[in-house]
Amino acid sequence: MRIINRHPNRVLYYFLAALPFVALAAAYLLGSQARLSINPADKLLPSLTQMGNAMYELMFVPDKRTGTYLFWSDTGISLWRIGCGMGLSVAVALVLGVAAGFIPWVRALVQPFVSAFSLIPPITVLPILFIIVGLDEASKIALIFVGTAPVMLRAVALGVEDIPRELIIKAQTLGASTWQMITRVVLPQVLPKLITAIRFALIPAWIFLVSAEAIAAVSGLGYRIFLVRRFMSMDVILPYVFWITLLAWMMDMFLAQLQKRAFPWFQPEKAS
Amino acid sequence: MTTVVLEKIWKEYGDQVVLENIDLTIESGSFVALVGPSGCGKTTLLKMLLGEEKPTSGSILMDGTPLKPEPDWDRGVVFQRYSVFPHLTVLGNVLIGREFEKAGFVGRLFGDNRKAAIEDARALLAAVGLSQHENKYPAALSGGMQQRLALAQALMRRPKVLLLDEPFGALDPGIRSEVHALMTELWLEQGITVVMVTHDLSEAFRLGTRVIALERRRNRPEEAERYGSTIAHDIEVWPPKPNKKPSGSAVISALPPASELAAQPLN
Repeated sequence: MRIINRHPNRVLYYFLAALPFVALAAAYLLGSQARLSINPADKLLPSLTQMGNAMYELMFVPDKRTGTYLFWSDTGISLWRIGCGMGLSVAVALVLGVAAGFIPWVRALVQPFVSAFSLIPPITVLPILFIIVGLDEASKIALIFVGTAPVMLRAVALGVEDIPRELIIKAQTLGASTWQMITRVVLPQVLPKLITAIRFALIPAWIFLVSAEAIAAVSGLGYRIFLVRRFMSMDVILPYVFWITLLAWMMDMFLAQLQKRAFPWFQPEKAS
Repeated sequence: MTTVVLEKIWKEYGDQVVLENIDLTIESGSFVALVGPSGCGKTTLLKMLLGEEKPTSGSILMDGTPLKPEPDWDRGVVFQRYSVFPHLTVLGNVLIGREFEKAGFVGRLFGDNRKAAIEDARALLAAVGLSQHENKYPAALSGGMQQRLALAQALMRRPKVLLLDEPFGALDPGIRSEVHALMTELWLEQGITVVMVTHDLSEAFRLGTRVIALERRRNRPEEAERYGSTIAHDIEVWPPKPNKKPSGSAVISALPPASELAAQPLN
């Protein structure tokens, strides 16, 4: 039998899926143990205990200077920044994207500009943002916005244009006004596609968040990583990277579930 | 009761003449089938009736007034594909016509209005044999059921003219004859004017009261571009079909379910 026709059963599937994770963890632990047995002061591959101790300090012991629990305040401020940036992006992408995808006049006005704008490497805008809006929260939120809004706007506009022409004609023959078509036909059909767009945009959003925090910030997950890098504190960096990955994964899972539950009629894998 | 008159319709795309000199009067309550080889412009003609395309010259009059240059409620349509909204349930698909009509800005009906609309929608769904499926999404329906749903959806808005663009072309033969029977019943029931594009001649003669064949008169390569299709044959279908239901009943819910319809001989 050809290998493309052989499917692993359920147990084997989960075994195979877990294998790379387990292998990576095992390789790390073995390497860590080997290095630490030669030099107990080695900082490159800290043991689980060392990471646990470092994280305990950050999670449950208030910081001497600020009196806050650094891990949680870092997480809070980073989530707030990415939430604001993405929220703004989503709002603009939805409003302008639907308008540009549906109304030819708006399309003419918006699309060439957004195409040009989206080619600007967002990170090069960061100094401009620092100069214009200052070093505080606004510049970080603005960077996430600049980095994700154009792509999402285009995804929404394309999603609207992909609605079969027949359905729009059909709505008109049922007497729908433009507004009624937007609220009853276009928005419901484009929302699940918007969720897909958000899932894709979250990847650059995290990149821009960590970049902005690394360059100019006094708090946040990215800030902490780049701060402790100076002391080669892998015992903090590694758990932080793991935590960011976990947060990103949870957001992605949440959105995937939301898409499935809220839009039972939507079949993303169906080819058009 | 609606009469549609096409006067000296020409349609050109750039240098290519697609239709030339189409003069046609579609009488109220008739069922006109447009046939012709592919590329003859029959779908273009339907699109002009729909308001999706404009004739290059000539005019289309509906009850004496020029047709609106965009699709609107007075002309209902059923396409071969993408005929119903995938994000609405079967019931929602039928309701939406009434909601567009009555609900204005909000686009949704509430209370008694909604109850009345649901009652009407259920009667139509019963007529097309989809009562059992009103909470399903279209993706869960077969092709024939989707087309029956599309008919119910179009009729809910009570259009003056119903336009059908190869509506049964993608259906299996058995399902097709079932939907044919239903189509005839609905047409008799509603006394509506129907224009149907089809490439299936037997379908045209089975359903239509009049068959219009479009054809290019000149087909030599050097002439083809400059001469479009025109009406080659205009056939009254014999025997004439009554355009009122013999029983005189005007209640759509009195229709037998589609499953029974399929078993009955048509004439």
